[in-house]
Amino acid sequence: MIKVQTEDFNQQVQYDRLRQASHTGAVVTFTGLVRDINQGEKISALTLEHYPAMTEKALADIVEQAKLRWSIINATVIHRVGELQLLDQIVFVGVASLHRGDAFAACEFIMDYLKTQAPFWKKETNSVGESYWVDARESDQTALSKWDIV
Amino acid sequence: MIKVLFFAQLRDQLGVSELSVSSDENPNVQVLLNNLKNKDEQWEKLLSRATLMVAVNQTISNKTATLSSGDEVAFFPPVTGG
Repeated sequence: MIKVQTEDFNQQVQYDRLRQASHTGAVVTFTGLVRDINQGEKISALTLEHYPAMTEKALADIVEQAKLRWSIINATVIHRVGELQLLDQIVFVGVASLHRGDAFAACEFIMDYLKTQAPFWKKETNSVGESYWVDARESDQTALSKWDIV
Repeated sequence: MIKVLFFAQLRDQLGVSELSVSSDENPNVQVLLNNLKNKDEQWEKLLSRATLMVAVNQTISNKTATLSSGDEVAFFPPVTGG
């Protein structure tokens, strides 16, 4: 399941969905949160913009790429957009597979790929009320390179 | 016609989120970029960044991609989701 939404998500509900299919022996999940600090700056809120016509398509493509590499029984990606508060959940990735190796690797791959390929942009507001766009990190590009894509 | 979209800080800096261009005059992404850069110095500067990303019909693409009428081209800065 791929979903881009403003609403929050419930981890338990997502996990329960992922573990239902026959043969499932492992479920790995990742959740990304709004940090209260970024590059030394105290953050008070975060806004996520996206390219609505493209985001779900991009996420579905990322999951398809993962399925070409690992044996995946079920996968879920949920990404929130709009106004978020500190420690809010931003993104959920869950992968169910026969054994843990595929689930661990695919979950990390999906996150690494999403970070550099899915059209979302973060705008932070700091503690004195200034808003600015978040710069992309070199480390995200480096993370992707370990999968031999770029 | 080709629909051109801009997102995030690129849109803010250009002051435009969407425009339409002729498909006859913009046969591929590189030519479209060159035509847009000719608008003024600010466009030239912002669209010359090496980190600029492009999507054609909602799929990440590159400057060599050919374009035809009805296509949607989006330019945006490096993505920062997740």
